[in-house]
Amino acid sequence: MNTPAVLGSVGHGSLVEARGIYKAFGQTPALRGANVTVRQGEIFAIMGPSGSGKSTLLHCLAGIFTPDQGDVLFDGQLVNAMSEADRTKLRRTAFGFVFQFGQLVPELTAADNIALPLLLNRTKRKVAYKTASTWLDRLGIGDKGGRRTGELSGGEAQRVAVGRALALAPKVIFADEPTGSLDSLTGEKVMDLLTDLARQQGATVVLVTHEARVAAYADRVAMVRDGIVSFVDLPTVPASPAVAKGAN
Amino acid sequence: MSVPLTLLGLLEREPSHGYDLKRDYDAFFGRGKQLPFGQVYATLGRLARDGKVIAGDAEPGGGPDRKRYVITDAGRHEVDAWLIEPVEPEPHLQTVLFAKVTLALMLGKPASAYLDTQRAAHIRRMHDLTEIKRTGPLVDVLLADHGLFHLEADLRWIDLTSARLTELAEAVRNR
Repeated sequence: MNTPAVLGSVGHGSLVEARGIYKAFGQTPALRGANVTVRQGEIFAIMGPSGSGKSTLLHCLAGIFTPDQGDVLFDGQLVNAMSEADRTKLRRTAFGFVFQFGQLVPELTAADNIALPLLLNRTKRKVAYKTASTWLDRLGIGDKGGRRTGELSGGEAQRVAVGRALALAPKVIFADEPTGSLDSLTGEKVMDLLTDLARQQGATVVLVTHEARVAAYADRVAMVRDGIVSFVDLPTVPASPAVAKGAN
Repeated sequence: MSVPLTLLGLLEREPSHGYDLKRDYDAFFGRGKQLPFGQVYATLGRLARDGKVIAGDAEPGGGPDRKRYVITDAGRHEVDAWLIEPVEPEPHLQTVLFAKVTLALMLGKPASAYLDTQRAAHIRRMHDLTEIKRTGPLVDVLLADHGLFHLEADLRWIDLTSARLTELAEAVRNR
Protein backbone atom coordinates (compact mmCIF):
# COMPACT_ATOMS: atom_id res chain seq x y z
CA MET A 1 0.00 0.00 0.00
CA ASN A 2 1.99 2.95 -1.23
CA THR A 3 -0.58 5.68 -0.74
CA PRO A 4 0.99 8.45 1.30
CA ALA A 5 -1.00 9.19 4.42
CA VAL A 6 -1.63 12.81 5.32
CA LEU A 7 -1.15 12.85 9.02
CA GLY A 8 -2.15 15.31 11.67
CA SER A 9 -1.31 18.99 11.60
CA VAL A 10 0.56 21.54 13.65
CA GLY A 11 -1.48 22.67 16.61
CA HIS A 12 -2.41 19.19 17.83
CA GLY A 13 0.64 18.70 20.01
CA SER A 14 2.86 18.26 16.95
CA LEU A 15 6.53 18.83 17.70
CA VAL A 16 8.32 17.53 14.62
CA GLU A 17 6.76 17.31 11.21
CA ALA A 18 7.73 16.34 7.68
CA ARG A 19 5.50 17.65 4.92
CA GLY A 20 5.85 15.99 1.55
CA ILE A 21 9.61 15.71 1.69
CA TYR A 22 11.73 14.46 -1.19
CA LYS A 23 15.40 13.58 -0.91
CA ALA A 24 17.64 11.95 -3.48
CA PHE A 25 21.28 10.93 -3.41
CA GLY A 26 22.48 11.46 -6.96
CA GLN A 27 19.96 9.70 -9.17
CA THR A 28 18.70 7.51 -6.34
CA PRO A 29 15.55 8.75 -4.63
CA ALA A 30 15.48 8.01 -0.89
CA LEU A 31 12.31 9.89 0.06
CA ARG A 32 9.42 10.47 -2.33
CA GLY A 33 6.91 12.70 -0.59
CA ALA A 34 7.11 11.52 3.00
CA ASN A 35 4.64 12.95 5.51
CA VAL A 36 4.89 12.39 9.21
CA THR A 37 3.86 14.17 12.40
CA VAL A 38 5.54 13.43 15.71
CA ARG A 39 3.66 14.59 18.77
CA GLN A 40 5.06 16.23 21.86
CA GLY A 41 6.21 13.67 24.44
CA GLU A 42 5.57 10.52 22.43
CA ILE A 43 7.87 7.71 21.48
CA PHE A 44 7.59 7.40 17.74
CA ALA A 45 9.15 4.53 15.80
CA ILE A 46 9.96 4.54 12.10
CA MET A 47 10.22 1.07 10.63
CA GLY A 48 10.93 -0.18 7.18
CA PRO A 49 13.00 -2.59 5.18
CA SER A 50 16.63 -1.92 4.38
CA GLY A 51 16.94 0.94 1.88
CA SER A 52 13.35 2.10 2.45
CA GLY A 53 14.42 5.64 3.40
CA LYS A 54 13.76 5.39 7.14
CA SER A 55 17.19 6.65 8.23
CA THR A 56 17.08 9.41 5.62
CA LEU A 57 13.71 10.47 7.05
CA LEU A 58 15.18 10.61 10.56
CA HIS A 59 18.18 12.62 9.34
CA CYS A 60 15.83 15.09 7.61
CA LEU A 61 13.64 15.41 10.72
CA ALA A 62 16.77 16.05 12.80
CA GLY A 63 18.01 18.76 10.46
CA ILE A 64 21.10 16.77 9.48
CA PHE A 65 19.96 16.44 5.86
CA THR A 66 18.10 19.18 4.01
CA PRO A 67 15.26 17.80 1.89
CA ASP A 68 15.29 18.58 -1.84
CA GLN A 69 11.59 19.46 -1.64
CA GLY A 70 9.02 19.76 1.11
CA ASP A 71 9.28 21.11 4.63
CA VAL A 72 10.50 19.98 8.00
CA LEU A 73 9.10 21.76 11.03
CA PHE A 74 10.28 21.71 14.60
CA ASP A 75 8.03 23.37 17.15
CA GLY A 76 6.45 25.38 14.33
CA GLN A 77 9.79 26.59 12.91
CA LEU A 78 10.80 25.70 9.36
CA VAL A 79 14.02 23.78 9.88
CA ASN A 80 14.94 23.65 6.19
CA ALA A 81 14.73 27.46 5.98
CA MET A 82 17.25 27.92 8.79
CA SER A 83 20.88 28.80 8.20
CA GLU A 84 23.40 26.01 8.73
CA ALA A 85 24.58 27.78 11.91
CA ASP A 86 21.04 27.91 13.30
CA ARG A 87 20.44 24.26 12.47
CA THR A 88 23.69 23.32 14.20
CA LYS A 89 22.61 25.28 17.24
CA LEU A 90 19.20 23.59 17.16
CA ARG A 91 20.80 20.15 16.99
CA ARG A 92 23.15 21.02 19.83
CA THR A 93 20.57 22.49 22.18
CA ALA A 94 17.21 20.91 21.43
CA PHE A 95 18.13 17.48 20.07
CA GLY A 96 19.96 14.47 21.43
CA PHE A 97 21.26 11.61 19.31
CA VAL A 98 21.81 7.90 19.85
CA PHE A 99 23.27 5.93 16.96
CA GLN A 100 23.84 2.23 16.40
CA PHE A 101 27.50 2.30 17.36
CA GLY A 102 27.20 5.06 19.94
CA GLN A 103 29.57 7.37 18.10
CA LEU A 104 31.30 8.14 21.35
CA VAL A 105 34.85 9.47 21.42
CA PRO A 106 36.79 6.29 22.26
CA GLU A 107 39.83 8.12 23.68
CA LEU A 108 37.68 9.95 26.22
CA THR A 109 36.21 8.48 29.38
CA ALA A 110 32.53 7.74 29.86
CA ALA A 111 32.22 10.84 32.06
CA ASP A 112 34.03 12.98 29.44
CA ASN A 113 31.65 11.80 26.73
CA ILE A 114 28.55 12.72 28.72
CA ALA A 115 30.04 16.03 29.83
CA LEU A 116 31.13 16.94 26.29
CA PRO A 117 27.83 18.34 24.94
CA LEU A 118 27.41 20.32 28.16
CA LEU A 119 30.90 21.79 27.85
CA LEU A 120 30.24 22.63 24.19
CA ASN A 121 27.15 24.41 25.41
CA ARG A 122 29.32 26.45 27.78
CA THR A 123 28.24 24.74 30.97
CA LYS A 124 30.85 25.18 33.70
CA ARG A 125 33.26 22.27 33.87
CA LYS A 126 32.42 21.38 37.48
CA VAL A 127 28.68 21.40 36.76
CA ALA A 128 29.13 19.41 33.54
CA TYR A 129 31.05 16.65 35.33
CA LYS A 130 28.64 16.59 38.25
CA THR A 131 25.78 16.16 35.77
CA ALA A 132 27.73 13.42 33.98
CA SER A 133 28.27 11.64 37.28
CA THR A 134 24.55 11.81 38.09
CA TRP A 135 23.71 10.37 34.68
CA LEU A 136 26.22 7.56 35.03
CA ASP A 137 24.53 6.61 38.31
CA ARG A 138 21.06 6.74 36.75
CA LEU A 139 22.29 4.54 33.92
CA GLY A 140 23.62 1.97 36.38
CA ILE A 141 27.27 2.47 35.39
CA GLY A 142 28.33 4.88 38.12
CA ASP A 143 31.55 2.94 38.60
CA LYS A 144 32.55 3.23 34.93
CA GLY A 145 32.92 7.01 34.68
CA GLY A 146 36.71 6.88 34.52
CA ARG A 147 36.85 4.18 31.83
CA ARG A 148 37.59 5.07 28.23
CA THR A 149 34.53 4.27 26.17
CA GLY A 150 36.63 2.06 23.88
CA GLU A 151 37.12 -0.21 26.89
CA LEU A 152 33.40 -0.56 27.67
CA SER A 153 31.09 -3.36 26.54
CA GLY A 154 28.62 -2.58 23.77
CA GLY A 155 25.75 -2.26 26.25
CA GLU A 156 27.71 0.01 28.58
CA ALA A 157 28.81 2.20 25.67
CA GLN A 158 25.20 2.51 24.50
CA ARG A 159 24.17 3.56 28.01
CA VAL A 160 26.81 6.28 27.87
CA ALA A 161 25.36 7.33 24.51
CA VAL A 162 21.89 7.52 26.09
CA GLY A 163 23.32 9.63 28.93
CA ARG A 164 25.08 11.92 26.48
CA ALA A 165 21.86 12.33 24.48
CA LEU A 166 19.80 13.16 27.58
CA ALA A 167 22.35 15.23 29.54
CA LEU A 168 21.29 18.50 27.93
CA ALA A 169 17.60 17.80 28.58
CA PRO A 170 16.76 17.88 24.85
CA LYS A 171 13.23 18.23 23.55
CA VAL A 172 13.74 15.41 21.06
CA ILE A 173 15.98 12.37 21.02
CA PHE A 174 16.68 10.91 17.61
CA ALA A 175 17.80 7.29 17.82
CA ASP A 176 18.94 5.39 14.74
CA GLU A 177 19.00 1.61 15.35
CA PRO A 178 20.05 2.17 18.98
CA THR A 179 20.13 -1.56 19.75
CA GLY A 180 21.38 -2.72 16.36
CA SER A 181 24.77 -3.87 17.65
CA LEU A 182 23.54 -5.37 20.93
CA ASP A 183 22.26 -8.81 21.97
CA SER A 184 18.54 -9.11 22.82
CA LEU A 185 18.77 -8.71 26.60
CA THR A 186 21.28 -5.85 26.50
CA GLY A 187 19.25 -4.15 23.80
CA GLU A 188 16.14 -4.48 25.93
CA LYS A 189 17.89 -2.88 28.91
CA VAL A 190 19.08 0.01 26.75
CA MET A 191 15.55 0.51 25.39
CA ASP A 192 14.08 0.38 28.92
CA LEU A 193 16.52 3.06 30.02
CA LEU A 194 16.10 5.23 26.94
CA THR A 195 12.31 5.21 27.07
CA ASP A 196 11.99 5.46 30.87
CA LEU A 197 14.44 8.34 31.15
CA ALA A 198 13.00 10.14 28.13
CA ARG A 199 9.51 9.88 29.64
CA GLN A 200 10.77 11.13 33.00
CA GLN A 201 12.32 14.14 31.26
CA GLY A 202 9.30 14.70 29.02
CA ALA A 203 11.48 14.25 25.94
CA THR A 204 10.03 13.10 22.62
CA VAL A 205 11.80 10.12 21.03
CA VAL A 206 12.01 9.47 17.30
CA LEU A 207 13.38 6.03 16.76
CA VAL A 208 14.45 4.24 13.59
CA THR A 209 14.55 0.48 13.77
CA HIS A 210 14.08 -2.59 11.66
CA GLU A 211 13.34 -4.64 14.79
CA ALA A 212 9.69 -5.04 15.75
CA ARG A 213 10.68 -5.70 19.36
CA VAL A 214 12.25 -2.24 19.52
CA ALA A 215 9.36 -0.58 17.70
CA ALA A 216 7.04 -2.17 20.27
CA TYR A 217 8.31 0.36 22.83
CA ALA A 218 6.77 3.15 20.77
CA ASP A 219 3.44 4.87 21.26
CA ARG A 220 3.04 5.04 17.48
CA VAL A 221 4.76 3.29 14.63
CA ALA A 222 5.25 4.50 11.06
CA MET A 223 6.19 2.22 8.22
CA VAL A 224 8.36 3.61 5.42
CA ARG A 225 8.39 1.84 2.11
CA ASP A 226 10.03 3.09 -1.08
CA GLY A 227 10.54 6.56 0.40
CA ILE A 228 6.92 7.01 1.43
CA VAL A 229 5.31 6.71 4.85
CA SER A 230 2.81 3.99 4.12
CA PHE A 231 0.98 3.91 7.42
CA VAL A 232 1.09 5.15 10.98
CA ASP A 233 -0.50 3.08 13.66
CA LEU A 234 -1.61 4.17 17.08
CA PRO A 235 -2.01 1.31 19.55
CA THR A 236 -5.58 1.42 20.73
CA VAL A 237 -5.67 -1.57 23.04
CA PRO A 238 -4.63 -0.63 26.58
CA ALA A 239 -1.94 -2.80 28.12
CA SER A 240 -3.49 -5.51 30.23
CA PRO A 241 -2.12 -8.65 31.84
CA ALA A 242 -4.82 -10.57 29.98
CA VAL A 243 -2.87 -9.93 26.80
CA ALA A 244 -0.19 -12.23 28.13
CA LYS A 245 -2.59 -15.08 27.38
CA GLY A 246 -1.31 -14.74 23.86
CA ALA A 247 2.05 -15.82 25.15
CA ASN A 248 0.77 -19.16 26.37
CA MET B 1 0.01 -26.89 28.36
CA SER B 2 -0.29 -30.38 29.88
CA VAL B 3 -2.44 -30.10 33.01
CA PRO B 4 -1.61 -33.60 34.41
CA LEU B 5 2.13 -33.15 34.00
CA THR B 6 2.04 -29.63 35.37
CA LEU B 7 0.10 -30.75 38.46
CA LEU B 8 2.50 -33.65 38.83
CA GLY B 9 5.41 -31.21 38.65
CA LEU B 10 3.82 -29.06 41.34
CA LEU B 11 3.46 -32.17 43.51
CA GLU B 12 7.13 -32.97 43.06
CA ARG B 13 7.83 -29.66 44.77
CA GLU B 14 5.82 -30.67 47.83
CA PRO B 15 2.83 -32.86 48.76
CA SER B 16 -0.36 -30.78 48.45
CA HIS B 17 -4.11 -30.70 48.70
CA GLY B 18 -6.15 -30.26 45.55
CA TYR B 19 -7.09 -26.75 46.56
CA ASP B 20 -3.45 -25.68 46.92
CA LEU B 21 -2.54 -27.27 43.60
CA LYS B 22 -5.32 -25.38 41.85
CA ARG B 23 -4.23 -22.13 43.47
CA ASP B 24 -0.60 -22.59 42.39
CA TYR B 25 -1.57 -23.70 38.89
CA ASP B 26 -3.78 -20.63 38.41
CA ALA B 27 -1.06 -18.32 39.75
CA PHE B 28 1.79 -19.65 37.63
CA PHE B 29 0.21 -21.16 34.54
CA GLY B 30 -3.43 -20.07 34.34
CA ARG B 31 -2.73 -16.67 32.70
CA GLY B 32 -6.21 -15.46 33.54
CA LYS B 33 -7.94 -18.78 32.81
CA GLN B 34 -8.66 -20.70 36.00
CA LEU B 35 -8.43 -24.45 36.19
CA PRO B 36 -11.85 -25.84 37.23
CA PHE B 37 -11.86 -27.74 40.53
CA GLY B 38 -13.55 -30.64 38.79
CA GLN B 39 -10.64 -30.97 36.38
CA VAL B 40 -8.12 -30.85 39.25
CA TYR B 41 -9.80 -33.71 41.14
CA ALA B 42 -10.47 -35.77 38.01
CA THR B 43 -6.80 -35.42 37.01
CA LEU B 44 -5.57 -36.30 40.49
CA GLY B 45 -7.86 -39.34 40.46
CA ARG B 46 -6.35 -40.54 37.17
CA LEU B 47 -2.81 -39.90 38.39
CA ALA B 48 -3.58 -41.94 41.53
CA ARG B 49 -5.10 -44.74 39.46
CA ASP B 50 -1.95 -44.82 37.29
CA GLY B 51 0.35 -44.95 40.30
CA LYS B 52 1.88 -41.52 39.76
CA VAL B 53 0.52 -40.09 43.01
CA ILE B 54 -0.76 -41.49 46.27
CA ALA B 55 -3.81 -39.96 47.86
CA GLY B 56 -3.60 -39.78 51.64
CA ASP B 57 -6.50 -40.60 53.90
CA ALA B 58 -9.26 -38.05 53.96
CA GLU B 59 -8.68 -35.53 56.71
CA PRO B 60 -11.54 -34.45 58.98
CA GLY B 61 -13.89 -31.85 57.50
CA GLY B 62 -16.38 -31.57 54.68
CA GLY B 63 -15.86 -31.14 50.94
CA PRO B 64 -13.61 -32.97 48.51
CA ASP B 65 -10.43 -31.09 49.33
CA ARG B 66 -9.38 -33.16 52.31
CA LYS B 67 -6.85 -35.51 50.77
CA ARG B 68 -3.16 -34.78 50.60
CA TYR B 69 -1.48 -36.00 47.43
CA VAL B 70 2.11 -37.24 47.30
CA ILE B 71 4.06 -37.94 44.11
CA THR B 72 5.47 -41.46 43.61
CA ASP B 73 8.79 -42.46 42.02
CA ALA B 74 6.89 -43.30 38.82
CA GLY B 75 5.41 -39.81 38.88
CA ARG B 76 8.84 -38.27 39.37
CA HIS B 77 10.24 -40.20 36.41
CA GLU B 78 7.35 -39.03 34.28
CA VAL B 79 8.00 -35.38 35.17
CA ASP B 80 11.72 -35.75 34.45
CA ALA B 81 11.05 -37.38 31.07
CA TRP B 82 8.61 -34.62 30.16
CA LEU B 83 10.97 -31.83 31.16
CA ILE B 84 13.86 -33.24 29.15
CA GLU B 85 11.85 -33.80 25.97
CA PRO B 86 11.92 -30.90 23.50
CA VAL B 87 8.55 -29.46 22.50
CA GLU B 88 7.54 -30.21 18.92
CA PRO B 89 8.87 -27.27 16.87
CA GLU B 90 5.66 -26.50 15.05
CA PRO B 91 5.81 -23.91 12.29
CA HIS B 92 3.53 -21.00 13.10
CA LEU B 93 2.45 -20.45 9.55
CA GLN B 94 -0.30 -17.88 9.39
CA THR B 95 -2.70 -20.14 7.54
CA VAL B 96 -5.67 -17.78 7.63
CA LEU B 97 -3.57 -14.83 6.51
CA PHE B 98 -1.96 -16.94 3.80
CA ALA B 99 -5.43 -17.86 2.52
CA LYS B 100 -6.50 -14.20 2.57
CA VAL B 101 -3.40 -13.03 0.70
CA THR B 102 -3.70 -15.72 -1.93
CA LEU B 103 -7.42 -15.10 -2.40
CA ALA B 104 -6.84 -11.33 -2.54
CA LEU B 105 -4.27 -11.80 -5.30
CA MET B 106 -6.63 -14.13 -7.18
CA LEU B 107 -9.44 -11.59 -6.88
CA GLY B 108 -7.28 -8.53 -7.65
CA LYS B 109 -7.86 -7.11 -4.15
CA PRO B 110 -5.26 -5.26 -2.05
CA ALA B 111 -3.22 -8.06 -0.48
CA SER B 112 -0.59 -5.62 0.77
CA ALA B 113 -3.28 -3.74 2.72
CA TYR B 114 -4.29 -6.96 4.48
CA LEU B 115 -0.67 -7.58 5.36
CA ASP B 116 -0.33 -3.99 6.65
CA THR B 117 -3.43 -4.46 8.80
CA GLN B 118 -2.03 -7.67 10.19
CA ARG B 119 1.36 -6.04 10.76
CA ALA B 120 -0.31 -3.21 12.70
CA ALA B 121 -2.23 -5.71 14.83
CA HIS B 122 0.96 -7.64 15.56
CA ILE B 123 2.88 -4.50 16.52
CA ARG B 124 0.00 -3.39 18.72
CA ARG B 125 0.07 -6.74 20.53
CA MET B 126 3.85 -6.50 20.84
CA HIS B 127 3.46 -3.03 22.32
CA ASP B 128 1.06 -4.40 24.94
CA LEU B 129 3.37 -7.29 25.79
CA THR B 130 6.29 -4.86 26.08
CA GLU B 131 4.28 -2.78 28.54
CA ILE B 132 3.60 -5.92 30.58
CA LYS B 133 7.30 -6.65 30.60
CA ARG B 134 8.09 -3.18 31.86
CA THR B 135 5.81 -3.48 34.86
CA GLY B 136 5.12 -7.16 35.50
CA PRO B 137 6.76 -9.84 37.61
CA LEU B 138 9.42 -12.09 36.07
CA VAL B 139 6.93 -14.88 35.30
CA ASP B 140 4.90 -12.46 33.16
CA VAL B 141 8.10 -11.14 31.58
CA LEU B 142 9.10 -14.63 30.46
CA LEU B 143 5.65 -15.38 29.05
CA ALA B 144 5.56 -12.02 27.29
CA ASP B 145 9.00 -12.77 25.81
CA HIS B 146 7.67 -16.01 24.42
CA GLY B 147 4.75 -14.19 22.82
CA LEU B 148 7.02 -11.44 21.49
CA PHE B 149 9.39 -13.85 19.78
CA HIS B 150 6.51 -15.68 18.09
CA LEU B 151 4.90 -12.44 16.97
CA GLU B 152 8.27 -11.28 15.70
CA ALA B 153 8.63 -14.47 13.66
CA ASP B 154 5.16 -13.91 12.19
CA LEU B 155 6.09 -10.34 11.36
CA ARG B 156 9.19 -11.46 9.52
CA TRP B 157 7.00 -13.81 7.52
CA ILE B 158 4.61 -10.92 6.80
CA ASP B 159 7.51 -8.69 5.70
CA LEU B 160 8.92 -11.36 3.44
CA THR B 161 5.49 -12.08 1.98
CA SER B 162 5.03 -8.34 1.36
CA ALA B 163 8.33 -8.30 -0.50
CA ARG B 164 7.24 -11.33 -2.55
CA LEU B 165 3.74 -10.17 -3.45
CA THR B 166 4.50 -9.44 -7.11
CA GLU B 167 6.13 -12.84 -7.50
CA LEU B 168 3.27 -14.49 -5.63
CA ALA B 169 0.64 -12.72 -7.75
CA GLU B 170 2.30 -14.08 -10.85
CA ALA B 171 2.43 -17.59 -9.40
CA VAL B 172 -1.26 -17.40 -8.43
CA ARG B 173 -2.28 -16.11 -11.86
CA ASN B 174 -0.27 -18.76 -13.70
CA ARG B 175 -1.67 -21.74 -11.84
